[in-house]
Amino acid sequence: MDAVTKKELQRAANDVRIGIIEGVHSAKAGHPGGSLSCADILTYLYFKEMNIDPKDPKKSDRDRLVLSKGHAAPALYSVLANRGYFDVKELNTLRKIDSRLQGHPDMKHIPGVDMSSGSLGQGISAAVGMALSAKHFGDNYRVFTILGDGECEEGQVWEAAMFAANKGLSNLTAFVDFNNLQIDGTCDEVNSPSPIDKKFEAFGWDVLVIDGHDFDAIEDALDKAKASDKPFCIIAKTVKGKGVSYMENNVGWHGKAPGDEEYEIAIKDLAAIAESLK
Amino acid sequence: MADVIKKATRDGYGAGLLKLGQKYKDFVVLDADLAEATKTIVFKKAFPERFYDCGIAEQNMVSIAAGIAATGKKVFCSSFAMFAAGRAFEQVRNAVCYPHLNVVIAATHAGISVGEDGATHQCCEDIALMRSLPGMTIINPADAVEAEKALEAAYMHDGPVYMRFGRLAVPIVFDDDYSFEIGKGVELKEGNDVTVIATGLMVAEALIAYDILKEQGINARIINMATIKPLDTEIVLKAAKETGAIVTAEEHSVIGGLGSAVSEYLSEIYPVPVVKLGVYDRFGQSGAANDLLDLYGLRGKDIAEKAKAALALKK
Repeated sequence: MDAVTKKELQRAANDVRIGIIEGVHSAKAGHPGGSLSCADILTYLYFKEMNIDPKDPKKSDRDRLVLSKGHAAPALYSVLANRGYFDVKELNTLRKIDSRLQGHPDMKHIPGVDMSSGSLGQGISAAVGMALSAKHFGDNYRVFTILGDGECEEGQVWEAAMFAANKGLSNLTAFVDFNNLQIDGTCDEVNSPSPIDKKFEAFGWDVLVIDGHDFDAIEDALDKAKASDKPFCIIAKTVKGKGVSYMENNVGWHGKAPGDEEYEIAIKDLAAIAESLK
Repeated sequence: MADVIKKATRDGYGAGLLKLGQKYKDFVVLDADLAEATKTIVFKKAFPERFYDCGIAEQNMVSIAAGIAATGKKVFCSSFAMFAAGRAFEQVRNAVCYPHLNVVIAATHAGISVGEDGATHQCCEDIALMRSLPGMTIINPADAVEAEKALEAAYMHDGPVYMRFGRLAVPIVFDDDYSFEIGKGVELKEGNDVTVIATGLMVAEALIAYDILKEQGINARIINMATIKPLDTEIVLKAAKETGAIVTAEEHSVIGGLGSAVSEYLSEIYPVPVVKLGVYDRFGQSGAANDLLDLYGLRGKDIAEKAKAALALKK
């Protein structure tokens, strides 16, 4: 990837992070940690990888994304707004009465949301259904999904993984946002989802482990996914709360909104990053 | 009764799927390792490339169906009622109903007439579960003819549909020229003393009750209520006003099913006695299906008794 493109993506991802903070601060609720951790993945997908048109969100041959870890909705909304699906000012309506920006993604009302999600373990199955539909009806679009690492404790994830490999759904790419933290602690303290890469391999997927904040690595992984004749899993090692100093790797910021003072610090942190990208 | 033709509603489902497959190309069928039993096997044999077996993973199957529907295609998915409505309840709620997707959940082996498999497989709670979901349409056909006709209506319908089929061969009630409409009850017998509103295999039993009551000088109105949601409130209200007493009959728990739907509606708008016949807050058990229907009191004679009880309550 050339340096200009990379910098553009980094700036876009930083804008997405600002949108996340604006949203959850204004909502006084939400999930900043896991939204910030997958912001680079979502930015790369919507700004570089996916065949989409923000002016025609329902175009039939578009690539689809299912945010299986639906609680990262602030990140999805922010990337959609920053990509031009709707005004970024609307991010301030997150989780409020009469807002279309529901606490978890709602495909009926938010332009660009391809599937309602939020109940963990189910989104990947819906993505599998979309990939199956594309294969069956001869459509060329690709399907992406983003799972949480803790989410891989849900049995349905593995039902979906088994089916996708059995049906040869090579048009499906699943990211696992591996920040190693879930609500009650680190993933390995709470339960034993690891080794997630070996599990997907055993279920018949091609798997790659990457740094989920490195756009070169994301690009390389997606190129490999495209070339694979199997469903492809990208285990993206990430930092929960990435970009906001006090949130990084802090389990306390899974499902809590920053107060006014914390908000100011977060915005300063992200402004400093923006400055460094000038 | 020797000349009565009997057929299971699941056979109507299989036959209906085959016809739909010949007529329309824009749908696929999913099953969860029960194709022989649910009768999706009929479709699978004719259109193997349009059939996908999800294996023993009903939750995944329902979510996959939602994903297919989200791409604008139609999809039927089948399992036993216990697993389609029970095990996959949350997937039906969150992945199918919340986004109001065009998924037809075709559940077979509903009720105690599953027979020998026993309580774990005899779902008498599915209507209650599905009724509680916003936007869900529920169809419980009386016979194989209605099952087949209702299937095409479900295919054409915009929004999720739960279809309830049985394992047991039951009498054919409708002629081949019967025309089915979602949300419309059908008056099968005229009468003004009391109304029996029945659904599923209890419809044929209600017709037996009609004869029993007639012999005793009671003219019962018999209504087939295949669509349980949305309820045909017009026909229910008319029956309440004209007959003043109602019996509901269903092979389902009296908690949350047709009887509840009728009671909930009438209690707010035109209260009349509503006596509910169904499974009374208990589990099923192993046994031959017809013996179980006797044991659980789901027969024409039981409906006739309830009709007299309703009459006694009538002011």
